Amino acid sequence: MRVLVAMSGGVDSSVTAALLAHQGFDVTGVTMKLWGGAQDTGCCSVADVDDARRVADQLGIDHHVFNFGDEFERFVVDPYVAAHARGATPNPCIECNRHLKFDKLLRRAGALGFDQVATGHHARLVETPAGRRVGRGADAAKDQSYVLHMLDQDQLARLRFPLGELTKAEVRDLAAELGLRTAHKPDSQDVCFISHTGGGRRRFLAERLALTPARVVNTAGARVGEVDAAELVTIGQRHGLGVSGAAEAQYAVDVDVPGATVTVGSRRELVVDASPVTALRWAGHPVEAVLVQTSAHGRVAEARVADGTVHWARPHRRVAPGQALVFYDGDLVAGSALAA
Amino acid sequence: MSQPVVYLDNAASTPLRPEALDAMLPLLTDGYGNPSGAHRMAREARRRIDDARDVLAAGLGCEPGEVVFTSGGTEADNLAVLGVHARHGGTVVCSAVEHPAVLEPVRHLGGRVAPVDCLGRLDLDALAELLDESVSLVSVMLANNETGVIQPLDEIAELVRRLAPGALLHTDAVQAFPWLDVTAMARPADLISIAGHKLGGPKGVGALVVRSGVTLAPQLLGGGQERGLRSGTHNAEGIVGLGAAAAATLDQLDETATRVGALRDRLADGLLAAVPDTVETGIAPGAADRSGKVPGSCHLCFAGIESEALLFLLEQEDIMASAASSCSSGAQHPSHVLEAMGYDRALAGGSLRLSLGHASTADDVEQALAAIPPGVARLRAHGS
Repeated sequence: MRVLVAMSGGVDSSVTAALLAHQGFDVTGVTMKLWGGAQDTGCCSVADVDDARRVADQLGIDHHVFNFGDEFERFVVDPYVAAHARGATPNPCIECNRHLKFDKLLRRAGALGFDQVATGHHARLVETPAGRRVGRGADAAKDQSYVLHMLDQDQLARLRFPLGELTKAEVRDLAAELGLRTAHKPDSQDVCFISHTGGGRRRFLAERLALTPARVVNTAGARVGEVDAAELVTIGQRHGLGVSGAAEAQYAVDVDVPGATVTVGSRRELVVDASPVTALRWAGHPVEAVLVQTSAHGRVAEARVADGTVHWARPHRRVAPGQALVFYDGDLVAGSALAA
Repeated sequence: MSQPVVYLDNAASTPLRPEALDAMLPLLTDGYGNPSGAHRMAREARRRIDDARDVLAAGLGCEPGEVVFTSGGTEADNLAVLGVHARHGGTVVCSAVEHPAVLEPVRHLGGRVAPVDCLGRLDLDALAELLDESVSLVSVMLANNETGVIQPLDEIAELVRRLAPGALLHTDAVQAFPWLDVTAMARPADLISIAGHKLGGPKGVGALVVRSGVTLAPQLLGGGQERGLRSGTHNAEGIVGLGAAAAATLDQLDETATRVGALRDRLADGLLAAVPDTVETGIAPGAADRSGKVPGSCHLCFAGIESEALLFLLEQEDIMASAASSCSSGAQHPSHVLEAMGYDRALAGGSLRLSLGHASTADDVEQALAAIPPGVARLRAHGS
């Protein structure tokens, strides 16, 4: 069976390629060139491609590089900027998975005669009587099922996640045992196309948007401070809101970019009993009671999903518009939605 | 590394000619003297590189003293652009389809870029707009590395003489030297670049012709080799390999151009006939022949596919080709040449460069004709 392994140059995808090669699959590695120039230092930089290539050389497998820069710009970067511009939360890793890894790359793999695509995601692919499901990986702290929630039956039929049963420590141990040069390479953090050494998110957005200075008001409408960029404020944010002299901690409860207004409230005002959602989707049949995860590594909360709304079992902090909510039935992804 | 391949990437690099290998071996074994030295081993190495220098001079229509050996085409281009500017200041101008080894230095210097037409030829009216007394250098390649299109250097030189009389003319003849009479065609140029590995010589060696009277600032400072224009111990084995390859190339020039030109025509005509929605770049519709391109160049765009995917499929059939250029990561880059010619991004994304060379055979062509149409069809069916 011919398997194409997506190799980012990190330890996870290196071990993925190694495991499959040792198991006797006909493995080819590929690195997607999504962003950046020759001297770039972000994730999937030229240095990362070199790492992936050299690991492939160590494993005796072919390695190719595919330039998907246009699609990445269109489906990941532009929406990231646009979301900030309207005060919503972007999900770049989810969009990259949705459009690049599990669409463009999957289609390219099929066109080139590969039977499956494998990645180094910490997640399981579980066969149930109701169909294939994405399940949490063995290492709770590293579980990446959240960003894989969108995968449908057709995609899951052509995918493998070999690291699902392993902890991160086990993955690094394997890499070290195999003498892979990426065994001790630190994981990339945060958004791959934004360099933290280059001024981070603020600088990235400032180059693409005119950032909006905004007044900060409390829920009674009284002005309590200022921020120089409404686009950079996240719901639930407590610091950096330019608020002084409040009796209790103030949190961002609403961000209105066109209206240049950030509303802050107390902890009490930050939490809600229900969150309206859009883009609701179930992996199979709708599930009555679910565990809801609202960020890549966030804690889950019990809820019921009904009438286009997530009804929290206990008061829950507001979810920023556009944020992905993933519904779990036990350890399996049952569905998802976006905060309205 | 040794399985039989169909090698159609000669514009990227070429098989080493046996004459080049034979010339290089003595220097790789017991002829290891440093040509800059005084003793007889050094003088022997010096003699060999000067013999190579004579060959190059004859083939480029210049004096031996006007040949400056470099580490390749990129260094020769950089020396021309940066060297002239460092010495003379002013404004540098180049065409939009130059190799990055010219474009990057020109951009670095804040120079001007002249557009080309849809056939890849320099737009002379647009060039005229960019020429004035501030221009110190105009650089236009004799033949393009992607499309093979040949530039009208005589007309360009005439324009430069009239509108920018103080300017020097540089031409990158790296892709032209294996096929064209560079002596005649680059006669108006003050500076000419060539590279060894495009003509059956080794990698890591090239030359810049600097006609006497032309002054520039060296970019590598040190021991003063090459009349102070390019310091550094000579790559003696590379230089003799270049000389031997150049001699063989020049010796067989007409025969190779005719023979390979016919193979290229069969390949291009065959693909145009077998694959619908295919465009041949740089050839005017209804053109009688392909004399506007070098004989080895077959450059096409297939609608509805991506080069990367096609190259992958061709490699599975042991056919080596390329498209646009590879960047340092190894991924295919969108072609600035096709963009300059007005191709939309999608069509340019489906380009294929098949470049034949002195060692290409009729069998290479037949295998390519057998593999490419089904490959394109398969990708179109998959929508990829």
